[in-house]
Amino acid sequence: MAVAQIEFSKELQSFVREWRDKPGNLIMILHRVQQEFTYIPREAAEQLSRDLKIPLAKIYGVITFYHYFKTTKPGKHRISICLGTACYLKGSQSLIEETESILGISGSEVTEDGLFSIDAVRCVGCCGLAPVMMVGDEVYGKLTKEQVPEIIAKYRNIG
Amino acid sequence: MAYKHFILVCGGTGCVSSRADEIYHELIANAEAMGVKNDVQVVKTGCFGFCEKGPIVKVLPSESFYVEVKPSDAKEIISEQIVKGREVTRLLYKDVRQKDRIKLEDIQFYQKQYRIVLRNCGIINPENIDEYIARDGYAAIEKVLTSMKPEDVVAELKASGLRGRGGAGFPTWRKWDFSKSTVADQKYVVCNADEGDPGAYMDRSTVEGDPHSVIEAMAICGYTVGATKGFIYIRAEYPLAIERLKIGLRQAREYGLLGDNILGTDFCFDIEIRLGAGAFVCGEETALLQSIEGNRGMPVPRPPFPAIKGLWGKPTVINNVETWANIPVIITKGAAWFSKIGTETSKGTKVFALTGKINNSGLVEVPMGTTLREIIYDIGGGIRDGKKFKGAQTGGPSGGIITEEFLDLPIDYESLTSLGSMMGSGGLIVMDEDDCVVDVSRFYMEFCVDESCGKCSPCRIGTNQMHSLLVKFTKGQGKLEDLEKLEKIGLAMKKAALCGLGQTAPNPTLSTVKRFRAEYLEHIVDHTCRAGKCKSLLLFSVDKVNCIGCGLCARKCPVNCISGDKTLKFTIDASKCIKCGECFKACKFSAVLKK
Repeated sequence: MAVAQIEFSKELQSFVREWRDKPGNLIMILHRVQQEFTYIPREAAEQLSRDLKIPLAKIYGVITFYHYFKTTKPGKHRISICLGTACYLKGSQSLIEETESILGISGSEVTEDGLFSIDAVRCVGCCGLAPVMMVGDEVYGKLTKEQVPEIIAKYRNIG
Repeated sequence: MAYKHFILVCGGTGCVSSRADEIYHELIANAEAMGVKNDVQVVKTGCFGFCEKGPIVKVLPSESFYVEVKPSDAKEIISEQIVKGREVTRLLYKDVRQKDRIKLEDIQFYQKQYRIVLRNCGIINPENIDEYIARDGYAAIEKVLTSMKPEDVVAELKASGLRGRGGAGFPTWRKWDFSKSTVADQKYVVCNADEGDPGAYMDRSTVEGDPHSVIEAMAICGYTVGATKGFIYIRAEYPLAIERLKIGLRQAREYGLLGDNILGTDFCFDIEIRLGAGAFVCGEETALLQSIEGNRGMPVPRPPFPAIKGLWGKPTVINNVETWANIPVIITKGAAWFSKIGTETSKGTKVFALTGKINNSGLVEVPMGTTLREIIYDIGGGIRDGKKFKGAQTGGPSGGIITEEFLDLPIDYESLTSLGSMMGSGGLIVMDEDDCVVDVSRFYMEFCVDESCGKCSPCRIGTNQMHSLLVKFTKGQGKLEDLEKLEKIGLAMKKAALCGLGQTAPNPTLSTVKRFRAEYLEHIVDHTCRAGKCKSLLLFSVDKVNCIGCGLCARKCPVNCISGDKTLKFTIDASKCIKCGECFKACKFSAVLKK
């Protein structure tokens, strides 16, 4: 049977080699794979299954258990809106609704042009800045929903 | 080189998010440009705790405490303070109760705090081991290795009365003693830094601000129980904390404080970082160990306890970040000193992440036995916008709500449990009259539905059933017998669920049903939500007396359901209204009513 191939970078290959024989390596390796591809493509999981001699079912069992691992490609600009308690009390739900209505997608979807995706996340640990929204690694704190259109427009202009 | 001034810039995640890094670089660049770079050292420290007013910059020796600093303020700080020796008064903290801008020692936020765990946060550069050592760092491991036998360390911990800060409050010395007295070829030491409670960030700040305190404590434990290997399990969502740990581990190895033959003794110990991947249940110790082993993080029944049979079947001591950070100080200052702080059953301090509807959000560390009133009103500066206090949630999704009448109760493990809450890891979320307890319970239950690992049915099914009942209440579709059902399921889960997550998931709901029964009944019987949070129960209308007919509400309405004119005044068509509240916000004459 033909096997779908995927290219691992040299760094990723050497990371996998370095961790191959360490006990409990799977989650660390999955983190590294996601760092390279922004999600875990099926072909990558199959490749790991062969390299590490771990059944694919077990790998998928782990990927789907943890929120952090994604099986689909996120948007170029990942919008994460915090739904931790402090942010929720200060109205982050309305930030989500506003973002969804501007982008025309709902949580966990990607816009057609592949630019944006929305994730509701549980606490990014900046509760002092609640409510918080992140685009990529950039944090926007003490937000009101009126500020959302401007932030999105900024990233739309970057492309 | 002796510097005349030191500028400390907060390098915690909150402040970094508000551009503290830029401030740091601007300060250095300006110091160079103005030719004073040999007079001043700019240091990036850990969290000052006063996150509400970040980014924070502190100048020594004048103790100037600047709040809400912007990168563009850097120039003035250098030119005024460093070059001319004049404080930049406009950046000093201004208390809401006092008119003038005030000095650090006068800031109420800090006055009742007692910092043991956060002793170095906001003081040292966490990326420089020398600064940790200069503040008695690694003195404890030296004392232990040169003058204490393992049983002495256990005895010291026992005398100190230290209990686990992760939530349940199990005596720390007993975990260590179990592991120590179990014979095995390999033992492990684990740090739980998988802070999953939404609305809490104590552990993140401790690791970011003082990583060596955790590293040193784990090595002390390794020596005590006979382990050579440690793991720090930390959330992947905390990149800055991970980076600081990596730097800390590297420096400790370079200094011979980790690795083989530590400080020239026979003792060998090293630590590896393992990343979590976003699963709340992994804060439960048996699930955490599963995750380190590379599996789905599903709990296993205890006993056997991890201290006897843990990671890969070997004895494993697991403590949480805050517990670890206490240990070096207990060793250097002694159990007698530590046990004087706190209450009869709960010794030492507790760090809380104070958030929600409070004036001073931030990290606070107080002696056990401090009352909630002191934390909320004296340290926290009271409720935002002069609103009325409704309740405070401790223990996050596992805890309960504490109401006004218990504000003067000294906080310790036992007092919180007796109120149907728990200490938890230290999230302390303040709610005001605008928050609906039914909605908040639904919020916490939704979190538990998401986070239930699905292994045991009481939790998997119970959280779902409780959630759907709470949703019914928030939509005004609940029945009286549903309330009874809700309590029944909750009690069953507490008894039957396999792990801590399932056993405590009903707590927020049960405690609010107990303390705010009337509000639940309003949702069920009268179909009203007094806080105005449950949208399905809201009804917007126009008060014809106050309405001047300006039509602003009609123009703001996104679904065009408001009509009228100057003479007839305006009316809202309730059948089309989506309850967005825009009209209510827009009206300047209090003519739009929300019920």
